[in-house]
Amino acid sequence: MQDFGAAFGEAFALIAGLDAGLMEIIGLSMRVTFSAVLIACVIGLPLGAVLAVGRFPGRHILVVLVSALMGLPPVVVGLAVYLMLSAAGPLGVLQLLYTPTAMIIAQAILVTPIIASLTRQVIDDLHGEYDELLRSMGANRVGMIATLLWDARYSLLTAALAGLGRALAEVGAVMIVGGNINHVTRVMTTAIALETSKGALALALGLGIILVGLSILVNAGLMGLRKSAERLAYA
Amino acid sequence: MFKRSIPVLLSSVVIGSAALGSAAFNTASAEEKFIVVQSTTSTQNSGLYDALLPRFTAKSGIEVRVVAVGTGQAIKNAQNCDGDVLLVHAKSAEEKFVAAGHGVSRSDVMYNDFIIVGPASDPAGVAGSNDVKTALANIQRARAPFASRGDDSGTHKKELALWESAGIDLSGASGGWYRETGSGMGATLNVAVGMGAYVMTDRATWIAFGNKAGYGIAVEGDDDMFNQYGVIQVNPKICANVKAELSKTFINWVLSKEGQTAIADFKFNGQQLFFPNAGDKPNS
Amino acid sequence: MPEPISRASHLSVIEAGVKPPAVALHDVVLERRGKALVDGLTLSLSTSGTTVLMGPNGAGKSLTLRLMAGLIAPDEGRVRWNGVETTPSQSVALVFQKPVLLRRSVRANLKHALKTYGVSRIERPRRLEKLLEMGELENLADRPARVLSGGEQQRVALVRALAARPKLLLLDEPTASLDPQATAAIESLIRMAAQNGAKIVLVTHDRGQAQRLADEIVFLNHGQVAEVTPAQRFFDAPQSQEGRDYLDGHLLL
Repeated sequence: MQDFGAAFGEAFALIAGLDAGLMEIIGLSMRVTFSAVLIACVIGLPLGAVLAVGRFPGRHILVVLVSALMGLPPVVVGLAVYLMLSAAGPLGVLQLLYTPTAMIIAQAILVTPIIASLTRQVIDDLHGEYDELLRSMGANRVGMIATLLWDARYSLLTAALAGLGRALAEVGAVMIVGGNINHVTRVMTTAIALETSKGALALALGLGIILVGLSILVNAGLMGLRKSAERLAYA
Repeated sequence: MFKRSIPVLLSSVVIGSAALGSAAFNTASAEEKFIVVQSTTSTQNSGLYDALLPRFTAKSGIEVRVVAVGTGQAIKNAQNCDGDVLLVHAKSAEEKFVAAGHGVSRSDVMYNDFIIVGPASDPAGVAGSNDVKTALANIQRARAPFASRGDDSGTHKKELALWESAGIDLSGASGGWYRETGSGMGATLNVAVGMGAYVMTDRATWIAFGNKAGYGIAVEGDDDMFNQYGVIQVNPKICANVKAELSKTFINWVLSKEGQTAIADFKFNGQQLFFPNAGDKPNS
Repeated sequence: MPEPISRASHLSVIEAGVKPPAVALHDVVLERRGKALVDGLTLSLSTSGTTVLMGPNGAGKSLTLRLMAGLIAPDEGRVRWNGVETTPSQSVALVFQKPVLLRRSVRANLKHALKTYGVSRIERPRRLEKLLEMGELENLADRPARVLSGGEQQRVALVRALAARPKLLLLDEPTASLDPQATAAIESLIRMAAQNGAKIVLVTHDRGQAQRLADEIVFLNHGQVAEVTPAQRFFDAPQSQEGRDYLDGHLLL
């Protein structure tokens, strides 16, 4: 198991040397992940809130469905997006296959159910508390959802972080739709997969350590932000 | 009102992210000249492309984007028009691809050979053999674990053909001593090393492979283990998005004296991994 | 059906125009788990003055209030505001026993209310300052609303209700858990609203509070109206046996 020691060595050497290739890959990972989570939030937050607040036929089925989709296998999503974006597919004319955009689409599809489902949970609880008040104020559904989302914003950050974690760690979907093309669509996870298949296990593990480190940094940063903002806003 | 807005919201995923993505990333690519090569993995994992492609790009100004997957998947992707050039190593499948009209024409590019690697303990006693049929028969007789790609790649097809020519029926062995990983070459090598199995690989991947863990070459040098790589232009008449001029330029360069020399010049730890043979026998 | 008491002299409508909606419940039944919590309740409220709903626990006071707010619909019977069955929601405001404040500052809570009540963007800052002043909340304006004391929170909740300029102000035991000083502050705000022409309906168990604020008492028992009596007369000589027993401190079963 001398690989672990070597892995930390590799990780340290890459970081200390500000390896240009590594920086490029990290940059792309971050851009793809954050874009995907942003899109997933734009869709998932209101969708989750509607599922919590709305009363329409089929709501329960939809709730179960969205919850089940949290377990979407990345490879299946990757394949589905590939078939859509392939030149032979219905959206082939957009020429998005093997671009970061394709990776963002695939990850947004993976992350949206997570954010929608966790949002539904959070908003459901808060709705129980606010429902009578907001209805007595004559708030309409849109106003009600906006109020609930805003007041739950710190809890919803956790939902966004869960989505971020999923997107950052995911390899199956981005590998298929991105193609792991050097300098174009290579991200941390696909680089790790490539180095593993080359048998460069220490380097692969080193990249993995860096990825975990990045994930810790992102989480710590956002949670710190939440803590200080929360202190200012309410108890 | 909510019911109706959900599909609208969902469909905005694609549109929204497409807009965002193209704004963020694709600004420059409108002027950038690039082609997509659907390729087998050995050429990428061995580092050949890292040595070869910068030379071509410097000369032509054309960026080459490589999608390295198994030969089977590479051919399927190319059939879907998701690529301009196909560079793989399964000659009969390649010829079928061209015959079906998906590709313009096929040319030999280079070759190396397949080898069977195994653990130092050599449970089937095949080390040092240069007769693949006998070696496979010995492995079967010893019920020594053998890891197969099992992924319809060029290497997998070749391996199946060798078992067949050795007259060995694998049905019944699968899941026993014969283990199909369904993965790429590198992943399969990792699995084989992990469980002490013999495995067939192309020589280039093996030489560049970093996780050898006491493994060595057991079988090599049989003429049946010849490994030919070919290059095909995806047919622009069928796939309108194929960049006919750029891909032709690339193929011509790879087959040219300069390209062939570059392939021969590529060495890993002083060993040549690929042997150019473009001129040897003009093709279909 | 008892006749509502009118005390027109008490009216001082500052916002000219709209009068409080006349709320009428007709033969209303509300069931929960097979039990009729409101059981054939008929009540017609005057459009002015302060009506206090009294009665033992489980009499249906809070539910009656929520029916008047249009928050719940009756299982049987009708609730009408000015003769129609649509809640005039913007002119009705409800204050709960336990104030539900948003997870925001006091100022943001009031801003949210003004926005929800449809006050124009231009008018909001002026109205906001007035509300803060009215509730003596200027010094608390930027504090998170949910860290304030119970009395302060209820003041915010009441002032927030007043942001609607309600014509009908419904209060569900607003001072139940407050100390005398906080109670006095709430009562003075209620009085102010009444003087501004709002119709007040207040649920309370506090006899002193009822005597201080009520123009008439509606006494409920078992989901029905036991009596409707002018306040002074109720406390001197309740008209119903249930009312007498309640004031004497007997257990009503």
